[in-house]
Amino acid sequence: MTTQSDAARATSLQPPDAGLVSPFAGGGLLDVFRRRYLLRLLVQKEVRSRYQGSVLGLLWSYIQPMVRFCMYFFVIGLILGVHKNVPNFAIHMFAAIVGVHFFTETFSSGTRSIVKNKAIVRKMAMPREMFPVSAVIVSAINTYPQLMILFVAAVATGWRPDPGALLAGILGVAIITLLGTALALLFAGMNVFFRDFQNIVATFTLFTHWIVPMIYPFEKLATSSLGQNPWFYTAYLSNPLTVAVLLLQRAVWLPTVLGKGSFPTDVNEIGYPNLPNHLILLGWLMVLVSFVILVLCQLAFQRLESKFAERV
Amino acid sequence: MTLSIVAEHASKQFTLRYHRTIKQITIAAMRKQKISDSFLAVNDVSFAIEQGESVGLMGLNGSGKSTLLKLINGVMKPDAGSVLTRGRIAGLIATGAGFHPQLTGRDNVYLNAAILGMSEAETRRKFDQIVEFADIGRFLDTPVGNYSSGMFSRLGFAVAVHTDSEIFLIDEVLAVGDKPFKQKCMERMHEIRQSGRTMVYVSHAAASVRRMCDRVLVLEKGVLGYDGPVDAGIRYLHYEDAEEDVNSESSEEIETDEELGADV
Repeated sequence: MTTQSDAARATSLQPPDAGLVSPFAGGGLLDVFRRRYLLRLLVQKEVRSRYQGSVLGLLWSYIQPMVRFCMYFFVIGLILGVHKNVPNFAIHMFAAIVGVHFFTETFSSGTRSIVKNKAIVRKMAMPREMFPVSAVIVSAINTYPQLMILFVAAVATGWRPDPGALLAGILGVAIITLLGTALALLFAGMNVFFRDFQNIVATFTLFTHWIVPMIYPFEKLATSSLGQNPWFYTAYLSNPLTVAVLLLQRAVWLPTVLGKGSFPTDVNEIGYPNLPNHLILLGWLMVLVSFVILVLCQLAFQRLESKFAERV
Repeated sequence: MTLSIVAEHASKQFTLRYHRTIKQITIAAMRKQKISDSFLAVNDVSFAIEQGESVGLMGLNGSGKSTLLKLINGVMKPDAGSVLTRGRIAGLIATGAGFHPQLTGRDNVYLNAAILGMSEAETRRKFDQIVEFADIGRFLDTPVGNYSSGMFSRLGFAVAVHTDSEIFLIDEVLAVGDKPFKQKCMERMHEIRQSGRTMVYVSHAAASVRRMCDRVLVLEKGVLGYDGPVDAGIRYLHYEDAEEDVNSESSEEIETDEELGADV
């Protein structure tokens, strides 16, 4: 499919009566999807070069999250005893880790993507959005194996899909993808001008593990005195990433805990304080919000882009 | 005739930053030194090139030739005015810039061709020609990071000259490669010129500009100083004196030699 569309594109440029246009590619993300063949090659290049010369190769993208998982599971679950109160705490945590890992990896590798490819950016004309977008895809590829592990673990602990779970999962992934792409674009552009931004991103990603319900259940936050404060509660749920993580937990973790502990046997009866009210509606809203953020970041990127070649 | 490249009052400003960190900027501000300075690398340049024309772009070092070429190429965007082009652009600028040292020559050919706008089918069709032109033999399937610099740029050249385009840009490229390869490139460039494609040729070598081009643009500190026939343009630049002995030679072979040598 990509071959044909690219061939069509190539021939459409051929006739000399095509109009006079600015050679500076400014079509934004749409241009990226028009040139899917190039995108595919860039992703392949990135995947191949990432673990070049390392013995364990792709295994490294499992090792880090696994170590983090084991650490949290041991300290938070067993020492602090969250394990006892939350059934299938490992699944609860791992669902969040997968989502957060996808987001932080997208964000940080996307931020570095343009500076990393400066040899091309400086000298060749192409839609520069290619680099952040390919970073997002590479992150997705690296996260995919973890997602598989999560599913296997969930099925082993009694996960049975229901339509709500499927929808929640799709919404959650959509939010993270849209938001990650938006931030990757914006920060990749700003990082060209000041390399400080890649450190800002690294600092920011430290927080992401704590501001989402990963090592603590949402119920704990909602019933705490801080969570009873409507302002704090609203602020907490205004973070699209938090909502995305809750959606992933609704998809993978909640169906496995039905009938365990204080949980009802029907998934539809689970509500506040185990989940925020109207979670799916909130999910749709956050998809919309993330999309608007993506459009805004794309516009900002286009303004920054005109100086890339000389500043990178 | 259709227009191929049109520049209207195009300007490109560059900013020189003397200090990068907050500490340095603060100290400079206290001493009342300049933190940044800007200059126009291309200053209000206007011209129109028709389809099939072959234009030499000349000027001293730092006169803005490469910047102008980047504006035509679409790598940079003019800060004021406009540069418009018709059709696909390829050229011998930054050959091999997109090469990834860890990928093999074969993979890099596909990637580079894709950046230049070629489809997968088109690349596959031309792949054998490209490899033959580059003449790197069994190194094709080893990482380009291990190539000699000559092989590296030969492969870059080979991809660029096999890209179908309406506009072909050349930026002082013959400085690389050995003599047989240079000759092959010159032949190829003549073919490209004959095929009716628009050509912009940046060079300091008066003899090769004379052979390749039918019009010359001369840039002086970013300003377009001259636009017209080749001989008058070279005289305008005072390159004539140095080239005197080349012109006196009647033998074609020697002229080609000098032409190639002059680019080094």
